Amino acid sequence: MMQRYTLTAISLHWLMALLLFGIFPLGIYMHDLPLSPAKLQLYSYHKWIGVTIFLLVLVRLLWRATHTPPPLPDTIPRWQQFASQAVHTGLYGLMLAVPVSGWLMSSAKGFKTVWFGIVPLPDVLAKDKALGEWLGEVHEVLSFTLALLIALHVAAALKHHFLERDDVLRRMLPWGDFK
Amino acid sequence: MNGLRCLLFSGLLCAATSVAAVEFNQVRPSESRLDFAYEQMSVPMDGRFSKFKAQLAFDPARLAKASARIEVDVASIDTGSTEADAEVVGKAWFDAKRFPMVSFVSSGIRALGGNRYEASGKLSIKGKTRDVVTPVTFQSSGSKGIFEGAFAIRRLDYGIGEGAWADVSAVADEVKIKFRIVVYAAPAKK
Repeated sequence: MMQRYTLTAISLHWLMALLLFGIFPLGIYMHDLPLSPAKLQLYSYHKWIGVTIFLLVLVRLLWRATHTPPPLPDTIPRWQQFASQAVHTGLYGLMLAVPVSGWLMSSAKGFKTVWFGIVPLPDVLAKDKALGEWLGEVHEVLSFTLALLIALHVAAALKHHFLERDDVLRRMLPWGDFK
Repeated sequence: MNGLRCLLFSGLLCAATSVAAVEFNQVRPSESRLDFAYEQMSVPMDGRFSKFKAQLAFDPARLAKASARIEVDVASIDTGSTEADAEVVGKAWFDAKRFPMVSFVSSGIRALGGNRYEASGKLSIKGKTRDVVTPVTFQSSGSKGIFEGAFAIRRLDYGIGEGAWADVSAVADEVKIKFRIVVYAAPAKK
């Protein structure tokens, strides 16, 4: 019998997927826009989503700390199990590091981050143009690395589902029976 | 010297000379500051103008004679971001080519007690002139005097940010202006 993720874990996973697929192209698109009220708005939305993702990752880590994820099928070779482990660690690390680098960049550039326009995040860095630009590069590199890992993650899930026809993806699908 | 003169001359003349000795009228821009604060997408932002000149005459004992004229170089604006600095000198904002200066000309100042005053005057930005009133404090030690105060304007009153930028949900209408003007007393004129 297939062991599934809990409803909490599944909900968080897909909500996060939705947010990540939104925030990444938004970030690329808004960056090259000429300054306009729309640009300011998009930057705010990008930051709000980023802060939301960061908080959701904390909830997911809490879930992982209190639950054992369903084990991978024994049919999967050791090296692939290890690779899966490594990619997941990378995903979690970057899902934390990317928003943090964005927040720090914003802070160094002199733009406070105010979550949904209501909750101000502290500015831990003083305004510093060079540091702001450097953190911008860091944010970009980390974001693209995260996108790459997500692509790997998706490709592996599809490979298991369509080529190997095992339950790896089905454990995380939002439909089906919860027992 | 003044004290000695006071003993020698009549009280009235004495008052007049000592009063003339404390007219503060040498503005020092390098020690002064002109800041502003605004909100962008509900996020507080700070900016400043780094270049301005001022002619000012102020004697706490003769407020009716006080006057101030401040001219600010629009191009010296620092909005807090390089991208915005380039944007706000443009037509939709300050149109700095046609209107390179922002000016304030005082029309009066009244005492509110202690070191607090209320100054009024005309603020001209981008060809539009509006009356403004601001609280101001004046502190002096020796020949150095410091004016400090803050007031708010509505940027749309002056057409600062037209077209798409008139949207006050992106950039708030209210802009707080904070000033600190350091002025020295000139020696008494004979």
